[in-house]
Amino acid sequence: MSEIAIKADKLTKKFDDFVAVDAITFDVKQGEIFGFVGANGAGKTTAMRILCGLSKPTSGSATVAGFDVYKETEKIKRNIGYMSQKFSLYDDLTVMENITFYAGIYGLSDKEIKDRGESLLSQLGISHEAKTFVASLPLGWKQKLAFSVAVIHEPKIVFLDEPTGGVDPVTRRQFWDLIYEAADRGITVFVTTHYMDEAEYCNRLTVMVDGKIDALDTPTNLKKQFSVDSMDKVFYQLARAAKRSGD
Amino acid sequence: MKQLLAFVRKEFYHVFRDKKTLLMLFGVPIAQIVLFGFTLTNEIKNSRIVVADYAHDYASQEIIRKIEASRYFEVVKSNMSHDQIETAFKTGTIKIAVIFPANFYNDLSHLNKAQIQVIADASDPNTATTLTSYLNNIITDYQAQKAQQTKVPYLITPEVKMLYNPELLGAPNFVPGVMALVLMLICAMMTSISIVKEKEMGTMEILLVSPIRPFLLIISKVIPYLIVSIINLITILVLSVVLLHLEIKGSLLLLFFESTLFIISSLALGLLISVRAESQMAAMMTSQMSLMLPTMLLTGFMFPIENMPLPMQVLSYALPSHYYYVIVKAVMLEGLGFMSIWKETLILAFITTVLVVINLRSFKIRLA
Amino acid sequence: MAAITLDNIVKTYGEKDKKVLAVDRASFSVEEGEMFGLIGPDGAGKTTLFRILTTLLLPDSGTASVAGYDTAKDYTKIRNSVGYMPGRFSLYQDLTVEENLQFFATIFNTTIEENYHLIKDIYVQIEPFKDRRAGKLSGGMKQKLALCCALIHKPTVLFLDEPTTGVDVVSRVEFWDMLKRLKAQGITILVSTPYMDEAVLCDRIALIQNGKILSVDTPENTVRKYPTKLYAARSDDMHRLLKEIRSYPDIASCFTFGESMHFTFRSDDPHNIEKLKAKLNKAPHEYLEIKEIQPGIEDYFIQISEPAHE
Repeated sequence: MSEIAIKADKLTKKFDDFVAVDAITFDVKQGEIFGFVGANGAGKTTAMRILCGLSKPTSGSATVAGFDVYKETEKIKRNIGYMSQKFSLYDDLTVMENITFYAGIYGLSDKEIKDRGESLLSQLGISHEAKTFVASLPLGWKQKLAFSVAVIHEPKIVFLDEPTGGVDPVTRRQFWDLIYEAADRGITVFVTTHYMDEAEYCNRLTVMVDGKIDALDTPTNLKKQFSVDSMDKVFYQLARAAKRSGD
Repeated sequence: MKQLLAFVRKEFYHVFRDKKTLLMLFGVPIAQIVLFGFTLTNEIKNSRIVVADYAHDYASQEIIRKIEASRYFEVVKSNMSHDQIETAFKTGTIKIAVIFPANFYNDLSHLNKAQIQVIADASDPNTATTLTSYLNNIITDYQAQKAQQTKVPYLITPEVKMLYNPELLGAPNFVPGVMALVLMLICAMMTSISIVKEKEMGTMEILLVSPIRPFLLIISKVIPYLIVSIINLITILVLSVVLLHLEIKGSLLLLFFESTLFIISSLALGLLISVRAESQMAAMMTSQMSLMLPTMLLTGFMFPIENMPLPMQVLSYALPSHYYYVIVKAVMLEGLGFMSIWKETLILAFITTVLVVINLRSFKIRLA
Repeated sequence: MAAITLDNIVKTYGEKDKKVLAVDRASFSVEEGEMFGLIGPDGAGKTTLFRILTTLLLPDSGTASVAGYDTAKDYTKIRNSVGYMPGRFSLYQDLTVEENLQFFATIFNTTIEENYHLIKDIYVQIEPFKDRRAGKLSGGMKQKLALCCALIHKPTVLFLDEPTTGVDVVSRVEFWDMLKRLKAQGITILVSTPYMDEAVLCDRIALIQNGKILSVDTPENTVRKYPTKLYAARSDDMHRLLKEIRSYPDIASCFTFGESMHFTFRSDDPHNIEKLKAKLNKAPHEYLEIKEIQPGIEDYFIQISEPAHE
């Protein structure tokens, strides 16, 4: 469990004179559920894009699954899974076609695709929906399916960008059950969220404000550190402090 | 009134704060006129022409000298046979051939009529038509000259197509077409995009919920683009005069009146598109496919309408740009007055009215 | 008199063979001067309801009135008397803060000065940025500007569709403070949110899911309807604890809830908790803590919506 899955050192990304990610340093252990918390525009998505190999940092260094984010982006992409709230599955393909497509991208054999696809569907309890167009699935099912598809190739790390935005409370919890199971299998989970109660489910988390990391610890320790009883209040204190200094 | 002013001011903010829109609105017309005026004219220079002279007499020599003097042709003298000429066509080395039969001058002076055979490579009909009409012009010229000298009337008077373009310049014909194209583009595409943008951004929801009347909303969307279009019209005219040395022969006032009518019809078309389209991309595609392409291809400024298949001709007569093109040509190039174009004006006015009425009826006061 | 009433509103989308029921026989009413919350996840039908009430959509059947006017017939009157803030940021991004406000004031036939007292508290916070383009504002400031624009014509009823979604916690708290002050001025407010913790800030709330109104009541009464005792448990290994509690036969429901997990039993057996603890201690957890707790809105929401998902 002590192996490092993600390591970032003074990672910085600038757009012209705007510093989206400001010298963040942290590491994520293998099998850990690591939360990246912050309001919209705090820099979460930019940081995640760098770690996924989609965007080059301006300065600093980082490795993902042991690969360098400057030079080895292709290797990074082969070892990660990615899911975002905005885009995940093709609405105009059926459930099984989506699975086949994504598994195919990662080079799974036909037999593997068939086996894993079927077990995935039965695990989600939607085997009878294999030939349904994704567009007609309820939002909650879509999200769960999208997550399962994102880890179908058993990646070392899965990145989840605001995966549960707007999902109903029941589905959100079922979704987290899936995340726990993936972590149990040794998959490192890197998740961004602005739901503070969700932050509590993470093993460790950082709070990102104005591109900087202001705190990094377990939810329990963070609450102790700020002497409050909920993550909401931790975040409130951090964000207020930042607002006074900035803008 | 205050609402209208506030709205129009807001529209101008949108226009002037987006460099892409600005470029589209003012750069495109200039680019179009320069592009069409200089490069895409149907003027064809230095085409290789085979002259087979079996007459070798005074008249044929004189005509050949005229052909040689023309900057449109590069003469290749060779008494090729029909078969040889055909081969030359097939290899594509020549575009047109002219054959003077033996006894050309004899026929001409004694029978008062003679034949010249002109063979053109019609695989490119535009070039062929143009080249034949150049040649026709030269021959007519010669005939006219002869007629003056000898006072003997000639029987054959080949039809001259470029009657109002005596110098045989290509550019003038394009200016009315470019005007139709640019005004259509600006009015229809930009209006539809600006309305659809409000839908995409969600501001349309707020506008609909506000007490602002739909009529006012439409008018205030239209006015800025009407103003921009008139500025563009002036730009095109100035460019045509200064850059393409074109003379505006008819009444400027009439030209502006007719243009405004056409602009309104185009704005109405843009509004119609915006009612249907859900995204800016869709609005752009629709205006391009359904308005710009037909304007370019079917109004007659690139391809002659007479040569089109019947359905296309019918479609051409349904386009407002068709009538506008005819009107501008008449007023600007031929210097004709309102009396010669009242029919076209009436049709254009009718189409515009129909479009405006459809718009007022189909404007949605709700989202769906 | 009720400021808003809905009676059996039904709305479907889509083609004949693939109709989606967006709102399913929704009925409730909002009193004048009340702050009423519409609580539910994405796709529950909140936005559709807002659009019907703001006269942007016509319902398939049922009737609705706002400020005493029928939403279908008297739409022009409603449009004169309501303020509406749609779910996504719906102002002109390329116009400055001041230009946006000026524009909306003019199209509502008023001036900024005339109703400045209404927006003063909110506007002073964004006034330092009045020459900045709206698109360049932070999330919280955008919401404040949008609220100013929705208030500028002194509406009697204010519709706010998810005003705090995606906004940082500080701005959310500030936003709800502003709403309280507006309510004090007598404005009726219908506000929707996917955040259950914001529900308690409303006078009354309607829980909505899959187009159906599940419950309408005050937040206090809503949680009082929770039918059984609710327990919270936590330990150092939450995932193992979750699995173990779920595998216990008498458990009716068990789900993660922030730092702990909430669960209920099938029966009211007073010894339930001792039996469970005994079982859990077979493989001891460190820092195991189990206690009975007061249910919250989210607990109630899960409780009434769960059957539809199983």
